Amino acid sequence: MSDDIYREIILDHYRNPRNKGKIPDADVSIHDSNPLCGDEIDIHLKVEGDKIKDIKFEGRGCAISQASASMLTEMVMSKPLTSVKDLTKDDILENIGLTSLGPARIKCALLSLKVLKLGMVKYYADRDPASAKKLQDDTRAL
Amino acid sequence: MMQKSALNVKKIRQDFPILKRKVMGGKPLVYLDNAATTQKPLAVINAISDYYMNYNSNIHRAVHQLAEEATFAFEETRQKVARFINARHTDEIIFTRNATEAINLVAYSWGRANVKRGDRVVISEIEHHSNIVPWQILTQEKGGRLEYIGVNDSGYLKMHEYEKYLASKRVKLVSVSQMSNVLGTIIPVEKIIKMSHERGIPVLVDGAQSVPHMQVDVQKMDCDFMAFSAHKMLGPTGVGVLYVKREVLEKMPPFMGGGDMIKEVHKYETRYNDLPYKFEGGTPNIADVIGFGAAIDYLSNLGMDRVREHEIEITKYALEKITGVKGVTLYGPPNAMDRGGVVSFNIGDIHPHDLATIMNDHGVAIRSGHHCAQVLMERLDVSATSRASFYIYNTKEEVDIFIGALSEARRLFKI
Repeated sequence: MSDDIYREIILDHYRNPRNKGKIPDADVSIHDSNPLCGDEIDIHLKVEGDKIKDIKFEGRGCAISQASASMLTEMVMSKPLTSVKDLTKDDILENIGLTSLGPARIKCALLSLKVLKLGMVKYYADRDPASAKKLQDDTRAL
Repeated sequence: MMQKSALNVKKIRQDFPILKRKVMGGKPLVYLDNAATTQKPLAVINAISDYYMNYNSNIHRAVHQLAEEATFAFEETRQKVARFINARHTDEIIFTRNATEAINLVAYSWGRANVKRGDRVVISEIEHHSNIVPWQILTQEKGGRLEYIGVNDSGYLKMHEYEKYLASKRVKLVSVSQMSNVLGTIIPVEKIIKMSHERGIPVLVDGAQSVPHMQVDVQKMDCDFMAFSAHKMLGPTGVGVLYVKREVLEKMPPFMGGGDMIKEVHKYETRYNDLPYKFEGGTPNIADVIGFGAAIDYLSNLGMDRVREHEIEITKYALEKITGVKGVTLYGPPNAMDRGGVVSFNIGDIHPHDLATIMNDHGVAIRSGHHCAQVLMERLDVSATSRASFYIYNTKEEVDIFIGALSEARRLFKI
């Protein structure tokens, strides 16, 4: 079981996270944590036009939460906001190749998506309140 | 002599139905999360179902036979609790939902009446959130201050800091745990109480981790308040105990208003009930209090000194074994005599949650996370630790399985 979770790629992203750090002039910065485990993620976003120009994350926690965050930043870098906005839980689990996590650990895998969505809620708050509301609802299901 | 008096663990294990079950596709359950909650012997489970099957009734009021039987069984547990911790009077025992509620009762009742602007409440860095947050709420509401006795790198309290706080003359209450749920450190509460009483300051002892694992004598210790939970000592969830010295309790205003805590209610005034009922508003958790009585009988029959001896032996063995595992960082006192049956550690860069997932593959249940002690986690400069905690039914063979699973984790993480 654990052999399927702690594969080379997860350990690699855990130990050598991509896009880790701050963006000094970020448009949005947001933080959240998982009270169950204490995993923490901060996401910083720079938006240009309708695209994510840059994304960086900071955090500490388990291999699943940190590798998932690292892989999420690669997944959405330079992508249009409209497509990022609709990312689902299954998109993330498939992206990191962990589709059979138990209910406790799935929260670790989805924390970064939750933080990204909360960041977009903040970004859309004034620009597009309807999208902000939908994103906010999405995060409740994560 | 020691050989002769040791616990018969093989026999004990037969009393716990859950220890027969298999997990994770056929592995025997190795339950090492006892500091969170313990398993329940058949005697406790039977006592609860016997109440529901044969004499379920509300207590203290009705005169029919069922009510008399239920009231008797409920009050008998109160006597058992009093004897177990050697309280002078049975009416010094108040039943709550858990240790958390017991501490909150003191904070809301005694605390609101006694803590004023500028007053200080002294706790320590090893406290569980349940012995931090109620005092934060109280001191914030009253404009008081919360002070922390620091913990040193070996897991012992910095007593000179405590002396300094006492000397400040503004301390109204000291509230400390007798045993850390993370480090296992046994805190010298008798000394802490003696120093505090010399200045007339009362002390609350959080006994959630100590009462289940060692002989505790509230008269000898001389604490003013003590809180603990049934479910950490073979009893059911939903039952806690608050012990308060009678002379302190007599001066405390009630906590929750309602049925059972009153003598007479008129439109605009109420005469409260006698102790301890004044502090037990509403129908209590009758079935589980009765179940708790069976748990106390079980532990009393074993003898708390033997329980402690068994835990020292198993903890010593676990500490020896885990020290030999490469990459392990241990937290808490190095000597098993100075700690309860709790071993907290980290290994390499494996996060505790990942370790617990790998352990689970092997049927080993350990705890990972901040253990409701984030103040201590900050002090240790870690976000989480892994924790194995033992009780009367754990064996050295189980420790070996746990150590084996640790090696498996090292292989998976290539460290």
